[in-house]
Amino acid sequence: MIAELVIFIILGTVAVATGVAVILSKNPVHAVLFLVINFFSVAMFYLVLSAQFVAFLQILVYAGAIMVLFLFVVMLLNLTGAIESVQDKLPAQKWVGLALGIALLLEAGVVTAAGVFRQVPAAPPPSPNFGTSAPVGVKLFFDYLLPFEVTSVLLLIAIVGSIVLARRRTY
Amino acid sequence: MPEILVFLLIKLILVIVIFALWMTMVPLLIWLERKVIADIQVRLGPNRVGPFGLLQPIADAIKLIMKEDITPALVDKWVYGLAPAMLMVPAFLAIAVIPIGGVVTIGERSFALQIMGLYRGPGLFVPELDAGILLVLALSSLGVYGVVLSGWSSANKYSLLGGMRSSAQMLSYELPLGVALVGPLLLAGTLRLNGVVEAQADYGIWFIVPQLVAFAIFLMSGTAEINRSPFDLPEAEQELIGGYHTEYSSFRFAMFFMAEYVNMVTISAVAATFFLGGYRLFFNDIVWLQPVWFVLKLMAFLYLFIWVRGTLPRVRYDQLMKLGWKVFLPVALGNLLVTGLVIAFSPANTILVMSIVGALLGIATFFGLSYAIVYGLRRRRPESERRVVEPTRAGVSE
Repeated sequence: MIAELVIFIILGTVAVATGVAVILSKNPVHAVLFLVINFFSVAMFYLVLSAQFVAFLQILVYAGAIMVLFLFVVMLLNLTGAIESVQDKLPAQKWVGLALGIALLLEAGVVTAAGVFRQVPAAPPPSPNFGTSAPVGVKLFFDYLLPFEVTSVLLLIAIVGSIVLARRRTY
Repeated sequence: MPEILVFLLIKLILVIVIFALWMTMVPLLIWLERKVIADIQVRLGPNRVGPFGLLQPIADAIKLIMKEDITPALVDKWVYGLAPAMLMVPAFLAIAVIPIGGVVTIGERSFALQIMGLYRGPGLFVPELDAGILLVLALSSLGVYGVVLSGWSSANKYSLLGGMRSSAQMLSYELPLGVALVGPLLLAGTLRLNGVVEAQADYGIWFIVPQLVAFAIFLMSGTAEINRSPFDLPEAEQELIGGYHTEYSSFRFAMFFMAEYVNMVTISAVAATFFLGGYRLFFNDIVWLQPVWFVLKLMAFLYLFIWVRGTLPRVRYDQLMKLGWKVFLPVALGNLLVTGLVIAFSPANTILVMSIVGALLGIATFFGLSYAIVYGLRRRRPESERRVVEPTRAGVSE
């Protein structure tokens, strides 16, 4: 239990610190890299929760594929100089965001202090193969077959749509 | 001694042994590559340092490390410094799931010769990492960062071009690579690498026969994924001076070099595990000898990679993209479809039917691919895609 807490604190610190760094770094490429580290710490959270399949997918899909495309776009746009010259069109949003953020933190603090989470009964220990690929596959292809297939069709539509938008008019 | 300490000790020994195996493969491979290429080109190759020039890689390494470590003035220092490590660390981490031998039993404890493998002791049972092959694929996709960022941070056009090319190449070839592996996985019925090896031993046939198509696609996509010739466009010396690692020198350059070779060993290990029966022979043998069979199969693939490099010319960039998306990916998907159909409609003797179908398909694919490569890719680009370069007077830039 104590080991889990220590791991949680370390990972949580990394996740929050890199999350803040994503917003604060001036260089967009650095921001992308911090986001990759953030995804890694989230993957580690999944591992601690014994959801290893999801953890690998998190690294494979988000860190391995999506963020590489992000990086590609950010690098090609070469935003380094452009960002500082852009005028903030909604100067008020900073202050609204700050107020809402503080409100959220206060709410979380109050709820935790009130002891709501202490009343939740401890979950039963997961079965030995919990979170491995087989049960995830069974859930996906038996219990949630329709949403799964609908999602794949949605992605197909997105691919076709992007090709239609991007192709040359001459064809 | 508590059981958990025994567990950690055994795992530590495994890590050291397997890591050492990979690390000795690298200099051996550098020597082998230079010797074999020299042989193909009717030269002698290195023969001065040590017997048969065997100590040449050590001399190379010392030379590289003694050189000055240059950081150009305009580079992004953090990213520039981190990029070689970003390439090397994933390359090494993938070792963790490769099984080099079966399950060994000593007294009341038994464990697999695999870093993230099975362990069974009194009062402690640790199963094998469930989705081992996903870890390998995830890590191979992370290698892209090292290449792209080293190109970007160098503040050099050639490096950037090399990095861009490679990110597109590696992202494209990840797909056929992953899809090709699904066929053997379907036959084995598990994502664990140890399970794949045992399935081949149970069926009594290596998956290279029923999955000949997948094997061909995997091998060629793997060559592209690790940027080996004939797909070594990211570092095409003639066009890009050296590609993404142009600005690197000394130990950082050595890291790029090492990562390439480690990747080569890892992809060969995955190929041996999935298609050549991994550490198993056809009969039950002594478990302690299994790493030897594994290394022999590994060496066969490494030799093949070197042979290919010495034989084939580099492909052009548009050919590379066409090959990946229009040939390899559809063929890999077709193989997956056929494998799925055979498993669904012939559950009784799946492996027999699949072997016949797979071998026939493999031969058909061989001729189809040869036709595509010789007649399809060798064709010049169509007029509309060709960029016309106007001749300029020598020495005058545009």
